[in-house]
Amino acid sequence: MLGRIEGRYDVVVVGGGPAGLGAALGARDSGAERILVVDREPETGGILLQCIHSGFGLHHFKEELTGPEYAERFLERVVDHDIDVISGSYVSSVGIDSDGDKHVRILREGRGISTVESKSVVLAMGCRERTRGAVRIPGTRPSGVLTAGLAQKLVNMMGMLPGKRIAILGSGDIGLIMARRLTLEGCEVVGVFELMPYSNGLTRNVVQCLEDFGIPLHLSTTVAQIHGRDRLEKITVAPVGPGFVPDLSRAWEVECDTLLLSIGLVPENELSQSLGVELDVITRGPRVSSSMETSLPGIFACGNVLHVHDLVDFVTEEALKAGRFAGEYAQGIRRPKDNITLVPGNNVRYCVPHTLAPGREHTIYMRAKEPMKPCLIKVGDLMQRKLGFVVPAEMIMFKIKPDVLDRFHGDTLRIDILPYEKEGGR
Amino acid sequence: MPDNYDVAIIGGGVIGCSIARELSRFRLKTVLLEKNAEVGFGTSKTNSGIIHSGHDTPLSTLKGRLVVRGNALFDGLHEELGFGFRRIGELNVAQTEEELEGLKALKALGDEKGVPGIELWDQERLRREEPNLSRALLGALYCPSAGVINPYEFAFALIENAVANGVELRVDSPVLGLEPNAEGLAVRTPGGTLQARFVLNCAGVAADEVAAMVGCADFKILPRKGEEYMLDKRLKGLVRRLVFPLPTKTTKGILIIPTFDGTIMVGPTAQTIEDRGDFATTAQGADEVFGYIKRLCPAIDARDAITAFAGLRAVSDTNDFVIGPTKVKGFVNVAGTQSPGLTSSPAIAEHVLEILSLQGLELSRKARFNSRVAPPPRFAQLGHAEQDELANKDPLFAKVVCRCELVTEAEIHDAVDHGARTLDGIKFRSRAGMGRCQGGFCSSRCMEILSKRLAKPIYDITKRGGGSYIAVPIDLEAARGEPPLHPDARPRINAEEK
Repeated sequence: MLGRIEGRYDVVVVGGGPAGLGAALGARDSGAERILVVDREPETGGILLQCIHSGFGLHHFKEELTGPEYAERFLERVVDHDIDVISGSYVSSVGIDSDGDKHVRILREGRGISTVESKSVVLAMGCRERTRGAVRIPGTRPSGVLTAGLAQKLVNMMGMLPGKRIAILGSGDIGLIMARRLTLEGCEVVGVFELMPYSNGLTRNVVQCLEDFGIPLHLSTTVAQIHGRDRLEKITVAPVGPGFVPDLSRAWEVECDTLLLSIGLVPENELSQSLGVELDVITRGPRVSSSMETSLPGIFACGNVLHVHDLVDFVTEEALKAGRFAGEYAQGIRRPKDNITLVPGNNVRYCVPHTLAPGREHTIYMRAKEPMKPCLIKVGDLMQRKLGFVVPAEMIMFKIKPDVLDRFHGDTLRIDILPYEKEGGR
Repeated sequence: MPDNYDVAIIGGGVIGCSIARELSRFRLKTVLLEKNAEVGFGTSKTNSGIIHSGHDTPLSTLKGRLVVRGNALFDGLHEELGFGFRRIGELNVAQTEEELEGLKALKALGDEKGVPGIELWDQERLRREEPNLSRALLGALYCPSAGVINPYEFAFALIENAVANGVELRVDSPVLGLEPNAEGLAVRTPGGTLQARFVLNCAGVAADEVAAMVGCADFKILPRKGEEYMLDKRLKGLVRRLVFPLPTKTTKGILIIPTFDGTIMVGPTAQTIEDRGDFATTAQGADEVFGYIKRLCPAIDARDAITAFAGLRAVSDTNDFVIGPTKVKGFVNVAGTQSPGLTSSPAIAEHVLEILSLQGLELSRKARFNSRVAPPPRFAQLGHAEQDELANKDPLFAKVVCRCELVTEAEIHDAVDHGARTLDGIKFRSRAGMGRCQGGFCSSRCMEILSKRLAKPIYDITKRGGGSYIAVPIDLEAARGEPPLHPDARPRINAEEK
């Protein structure tokens, strides 16, 4: 472990998960010399360390790895590339002085508080899970109601179970993974209840984690009441009517000692907000340019702090890019400002980055508002792509080639997802 | 031979704890019996946290006589015990011409009771002072002496100070039976029977049940449930003072409460219930609160709620405090302490000591009484220089456990040093787990620390005592034979050791 940290860096990366490690490697790749990764957890690697299931790396490594394996590959590279990593360390604030230098204040377990200077900073703090408060379930406040991610940590890192008879609200990926994990540990998973008429997790997880184990998925259904004084005893479950209001006339009760919440993830942007970084109200992450630069010069962002991803491979790709631009910035390379703003159009919830510049290849990440199949993604009148289906749970990624934008002369470019009508079809 | 005490206090809410602290000034052997895992975990914790000015409670009632005195005692208590308390002032707002007239009558009552600094505000003044309140409000009565408090911190500080001065605290000790005898009363608990000359019934919502154990069934507690909704931090500062509609006979109404920590809370509802275990928030309660609150402050929306809770007010069927000796010698009721019970608690403690003295308890002051409790460190609230200094002294101040509220490991240990035995105990002392992620990230770490500090297996750590366990061992049989899981038992990825 790094004994001390020196005063001046080219790039400081906040966060030691896949986004932070990828950004550090990207920065090194660009030629930046002094790079520091600050990670708040005792062990670097982020949430991957508790994701002991496989399915990581299919895109990036073309093989199937577990979360810790995926993290370890990056950790090895980071160390090989002589990048400074400090864990158990918390960035409490970032200040920007009149010369544009960043002052990063770090609380470091066992070593006190220090401030390092850096030319650029990459925000890679990840996200957190939405809690019971976010969905306001009436009832008591017993123990046994917890987020799926905390349950995952209890089981995979601490060797304990959150309970024995489990219900799951929300069909986010972590909830689905935990349905399988807890079943394998001998728990009884009595059902997954999803407010929407479709799953919020990846199709492969619905199949592999629920269907393969005979765990029922109740769509358009929610938890209407929580019962139990000290510990959860049962829940009232009800199908939802118009406006997602529970229809109590069709409610039923489910006995369980545990309710896992897998009801969405929120980027952790408290540090970004304290800095004054401009956020997108939809993604709840920073607005970024095609260089992954936020509204503040020299402050970059990538990974789940920017927008919630469903595959770590895409986080890595985005992070490598953000790191490269942060490294360039530290070396004094300034790119002309982007002059095209992307506008989410029909059935597009959001797209990242928020602006583009001509003359370069761009990777666009976006999400649909609702399922549609088959469909057509249209980027203005410049390009279009057919897709078999889109669902909100699965991020859409595509590239725009350099020459495509050369044909464009406007300042806003709209992206739409439209129903695809077969040519000549009736 | 049972343990002998001068005084046994049943119930460790703010009332019981206030009395315990007052008794600890004297040469007495006092025990406080609390049925929960920690003090303050009943009505005190699920309270609105308001120190009322007391202007609206009639002098014909006992609560009306104690409330203003209680309010006045809080400055000294705050200074000595360091709990969160601030006089932010309260507004009674008028929504009709008729209510505007009602404000004048309220002012007259308040002036008569000696409530300091009461002012009538016209609409213009109200709009200037609280620009985010409804434009439809016609005026307000302003009482600057009202304040907000973290009531659980108050209970914790009182008992800590009482214990430091010799009071014995027994938690997880529900009273199972009471038998009057020649020497006073025998008090039966799961941990054994003890003997006390005086027994103070501060059992809150259960006070009538405790009184019935000695045949004093001359009052009933009709628990009145209140639901409260905590709003997102970004609404901090929206309203600066406590905002009340005009009070009715049964309730002070649905309020806007800028809590001590700045977060805005709205509520409570007021529903008389049968089931004393009913701590459920309801969809109707939320509709009632958010439906009403729009009339006071249109900017507050149900979507702003981040968490909700419900508490039970210990309302007596006399609709007043029930405080005094009973037909059973040595058995004293301190019951029915619904609102303004928290505000009155210091005055209630004084009053109870007078009663005990009249009943023959000798009150002889100790030569040494330490009136102070060191306030907990609050890292997040310090400037950089002070933070650096703390971290230099104790490296655990540089280890962040709860990132939403910036709580360091040193503060978690401090909470345990000061009596935290459960996750809620840590949360309500240090704020760890109170923020946006509601403990999603820090509760496992807090469990590890509690496990180590209390030398208990980690799966014996609870949320709030009783059956509120957090986790169970994967293999129960194997786990029982093993020492508590040590954090270092985790698989490690040691990238730095190249």
